[in-house]
Amino acid sequence: MGFPHKSHPRETPVLSEHFGNAEALTLDGWKKRGGYVALEKALGMPEVDIVNVIKESGLRGRGGAGFPTGMKWSFMKPGDGKPHYLCCNADESEPGTFKDREIMRWTPHALIEGCAIGAYAIGAETAYIYIRGEFTEPLRVMDAAVREAYKAGILGANAMGTGKRVDVHIHKGAGAYICGEETAMMNSLEGRRGNPRIKPPFPAVAGLFGKPTTINNVETLAAVPHILTRGAAWYKAFCLSNPKSTGTKLFSVCGNVAKPGNYEVVLGFPFKDFLYDLCGGPPRGRTFKAVIPGGSSVPIQTMEEAEATLMDYEGFVAQGSMLGSGGVIVYDDSQCMVRHIARLCRFYAHESCAQCTQCREGTAWVTRIVERIEAGGGAMKDLDLLLELSEQMTGKTICVLSDSCAAPIVSGIAKFRAEFEAHITGKRCPLRSGSSSTVAA
Amino acid sequence: MFVGGPKQELIELFTRYPTKMAALLPALWIVQRERGWVSEQAMAEVAQELELTPAYVKGVVTFYTMYHQHPVGKYFIQVCTTSPCGACGADAVADAFVRHTGCGDLGVTSGDGKFTVIEVECLGACGFPTPVMINEEFVESVSVQKVPEILAQLR
Amino acid sequence: MADVKTVQLTIEGRQVTVAEGTSILEAAKTAGILIPHYCYHPGLPVAGVCRMCLVEVEKAPKLAPACVTSVAPGQIVHVYSEKALEARKSVLEFLLINHPLDCPICDQAGECELQDYTFVEGRAEGRLGPEPKRFNPVEDFGGDVLYVTNRCILCTRCVRFMDDVAHDSVLNVSERGDRAVIGKAAGHDLTHAWAGNVIDLCPVGALLSKDNLNKVRAWELDRTPTVCPNCTQGCNAIAETRDNVLVRLRPRSNADVNQFFMCDYGRLNYRWMNRQDRVEAPLVRQGDRFGAADWDVATAAAAAAIRGKKVVALVSPNLSNEAMWMIARLVEKTGGRGVFRVETGPEAPLPGVPNLALRADRAANVRAAELFGFQRTDAPLAGLGGGEVLVIADDDLEGIDPLALASVGAVVVVGTVLPATARQAMVVLPTANMSEEEGTFTNVAGRVQRFLQAKQAPGMARPTWWALADLLTALGDPANYFLASEVFAALAKARPEFAGMTYDSLGMRGAVIAGATQPAGVAK
Repeated sequence: MGFPHKSHPRETPVLSEHFGNAEALTLDGWKKRGGYVALEKALGMPEVDIVNVIKESGLRGRGGAGFPTGMKWSFMKPGDGKPHYLCCNADESEPGTFKDREIMRWTPHALIEGCAIGAYAIGAETAYIYIRGEFTEPLRVMDAAVREAYKAGILGANAMGTGKRVDVHIHKGAGAYICGEETAMMNSLEGRRGNPRIKPPFPAVAGLFGKPTTINNVETLAAVPHILTRGAAWYKAFCLSNPKSTGTKLFSVCGNVAKPGNYEVVLGFPFKDFLYDLCGGPPRGRTFKAVIPGGSSVPIQTMEEAEATLMDYEGFVAQGSMLGSGGVIVYDDSQCMVRHIARLCRFYAHESCAQCTQCREGTAWVTRIVERIEAGGGAMKDLDLLLELSEQMTGKTICVLSDSCAAPIVSGIAKFRAEFEAHITGKRCPLRSGSSSTVAA
Repeated sequence: MFVGGPKQELIELFTRYPTKMAALLPALWIVQRERGWVSEQAMAEVAQELELTPAYVKGVVTFYTMYHQHPVGKYFIQVCTTSPCGACGADAVADAFVRHTGCGDLGVTSGDGKFTVIEVECLGACGFPTPVMINEEFVESVSVQKVPEILAQLR
Repeated sequence: MADVKTVQLTIEGRQVTVAEGTSILEAAKTAGILIPHYCYHPGLPVAGVCRMCLVEVEKAPKLAPACVTSVAPGQIVHVYSEKALEARKSVLEFLLINHPLDCPICDQAGECELQDYTFVEGRAEGRLGPEPKRFNPVEDFGGDVLYVTNRCILCTRCVRFMDDVAHDSVLNVSERGDRAVIGKAAGHDLTHAWAGNVIDLCPVGALLSKDNLNKVRAWELDRTPTVCPNCTQGCNAIAETRDNVLVRLRPRSNADVNQFFMCDYGRLNYRWMNRQDRVEAPLVRQGDRFGAADWDVATAAAAAAIRGKKVVALVSPNLSNEAMWMIARLVEKTGGRGVFRVETGPEAPLPGVPNLALRADRAANVRAAELFGFQRTDAPLAGLGGGEVLVIADDDLEGIDPLALASVGAVVVVGTVLPATARQAMVVLPTANMSEEEGTFTNVAGRVQRFLQAKQAPGMARPTWWALADLLTALGDPANYFLASEVFAALAKARPEFAGMTYDSLGMRGAVIAGATQPAGVAK
């Protein structure tokens, strides 16, 4: 099943199989669909065996960085006498991304099961699911599911009657994009400002409450039960291009596209087919102009690049961008790239935690420059200034928020320079109708 | 603030974390639910319960955009205008809410105290433009045309 | 020490060997290189947020923040490579886009790290377009602290000091992005006894002292190493003077005493050293009035008043070791006794630093007074007899009943001022206060520390030890010293506690007297 549209025949619904089906929401409904078999199996396995299955499957982090999940888990040393923690990153805030929301809305028990398995595998008795505060519906659904799971003895001091303790708690965020950065999330969970931490120490050494911690994305953890039930080889076989990119991946599609929504395809799927076939191409009478394929923090692709892309971790890099979170933002020919880049910069300026100088001051400054260009007040030298500032906002700070702000600027000026220049020479946005006096200041 | 039910809730929250401080965000959510906003007085109360200082709590409150530091309208309307929704006409939706509520401007509460409309950064529902949050409820795929109807249901 | 592992690396072509775990920033200091920085401070937890200390480390993919990057064997660090300089130039530019260019009216000008580093590594002209700068009003943080929001660079040193050193989290970072400011909660001011340190810690003109507001320009000041005389802790300090007036006391770092800090009571209690009602010439009683005299005449008159009687010395616990010792010799020579009294107040520890507190005894040299045999008492003048001479060594006689002096044989005042109660004195010998002379104090933990002369004494006033030495000589106990260091050398020979010490060996960090232990109370 798909949501909000029916599954396309070329999709491979694993995580999204039950999207839109209210029956899968309940514990009974989930069990009927094979739920909690994996957890039962896992609790009877040595931790290291679970880690090895995940390693073998080739599962990589679905939050954005694509770090191999099994390897991440292997950094944890169960039985070292310290409390361990698992954090599930459900702070999905990357513009263009809304896949975790659907996982939580429709298959809450898949996530709870994944969390429980993950927690057990890394020697943690407690898992926190950090859900962004704006996700009121996923919060309600997840909360109800966690209660159900406790009531049924799946979670708690004697999880599934195995004598092992697995607690899963939901932690509600309060409006901060940066809390999706793993160390910021840990600070937020601890009751602090969501400031990213300097690494090292890495979370596996000193994470949440100073203890060894693993942070995994919702989609990553939701895939775990499937892998455990059906085996690493089954999962690994989902591969259309690069052997380092295995499994299915949810891609959220939004912007100017005929059929926005979530699509689950095997990694390596041709992006051109994806955009035109699965997503139905551009809105009627329009043509695609640009794509940001992995959430707003990755470089913008031209259509030439996008149409040549194979949708996996390596494929997006080969075509000038990154897979990121899998949030595909599509712009058609009616859209002003300068305006959108300005709007994205404004987003990052709004969300900067204020720690690092380049980010705190830089995101706000570049926003004002791009907005001025968009409004017709720019000069050619502003483009060089923007590129210089972007260079200094990249790779210089604790986290990559300022890099993310620079990405659309650098790729935008590189790939859509003519649009910037048209704003500057014409002293107005060429795409807006009417006289220049209607250009917003 | 923290007497009776909310106090019990807080005590239950403490069992979930190894530190009292970790209950700060949930405790502030309780305050906002009970009082509608988080005043400096409430921050001081939270600080006392969690063995923190008022300044510390304020630093945290001001970091997170969802805690209201001032009273807001009965219906707090957040319209996502980040780029993907912006590409689908979100700015016009925000304008429509401002116009039809009589708020006059973004961030201003209407004269009858019923509505406050703000622009919000990405609500994580980009496939359903324009997503709008009204208090705790999410309304998907809001167009300019739907705005009067949505507001009519609230009045 | 033997088991400390060391690491060898190269910084700007210089071989450096430091303990494992040292930051590149600290390692560079040992090579004489100060890597520019704002948020880093050796007395605070590391934040790593200003990104000013970025340096290039060979083979590392990105520039490294020197404050949070530990040294590694064989590392090759370039502080002044093109990439590193470009990055720091950029940080300065980012810091300046919202920073007002109001140096001409800013108290920090001349001692501002933003100014200094901009001068050294910054861009010659700004590139900010027509965009306006951020504006926020000035805020009164309470205590001695004013927050000039617009100048703040969010280094968070102040917040970390209050959180992690003062353990009184009254400051925060409020808001986020470029709207962020240092904030506080309503009704909770910077009233902590050590809060004033945030002013020194602030690298720019964002946190200012109200006491010092618009008073002086940094470049007009003369700076002299001293020791805070306002309690027995003996915080190392810098006395700042302009035109022979002490205008500011600031902490001078000493890891063994006060690290980098100084309490508000100490730093703000300097005006007494600028008193204008000073005795400026030796005075000798002539009938019912005083006549000014030269030192030889006055010293002879004092000796005549004392000869054949027992000296009861009432000493100020703010006198130097050198002066105390001279008085102790006078007491000993005449078979008399010495007493002192101390103003006290509540003790106020700085929790984040072991053994550091504003001590209850609000004078510098109580330890020495005890060491030299003076009796601490609240009733110093009880039971004075006709066979005794009262020598008042800079006690102000506040709260002492004039009748207490009625029965004494004679009164000699050796001091900075002449208290009304002591107007019956035969002789008044004018002395310098501690800011006007060189000397040493012995602090509560037995640490002997030097202070240097910060300003001129008025008129004919002399260091107390000098006045006393001449008096001793006149009484037949030769004490021919010309420098404070000579007095101290003699003292070190005479008193076993000070054995082996000289001004040179003390340096500006001091040394602990034999057998001293930390006092109980604030040790952490």
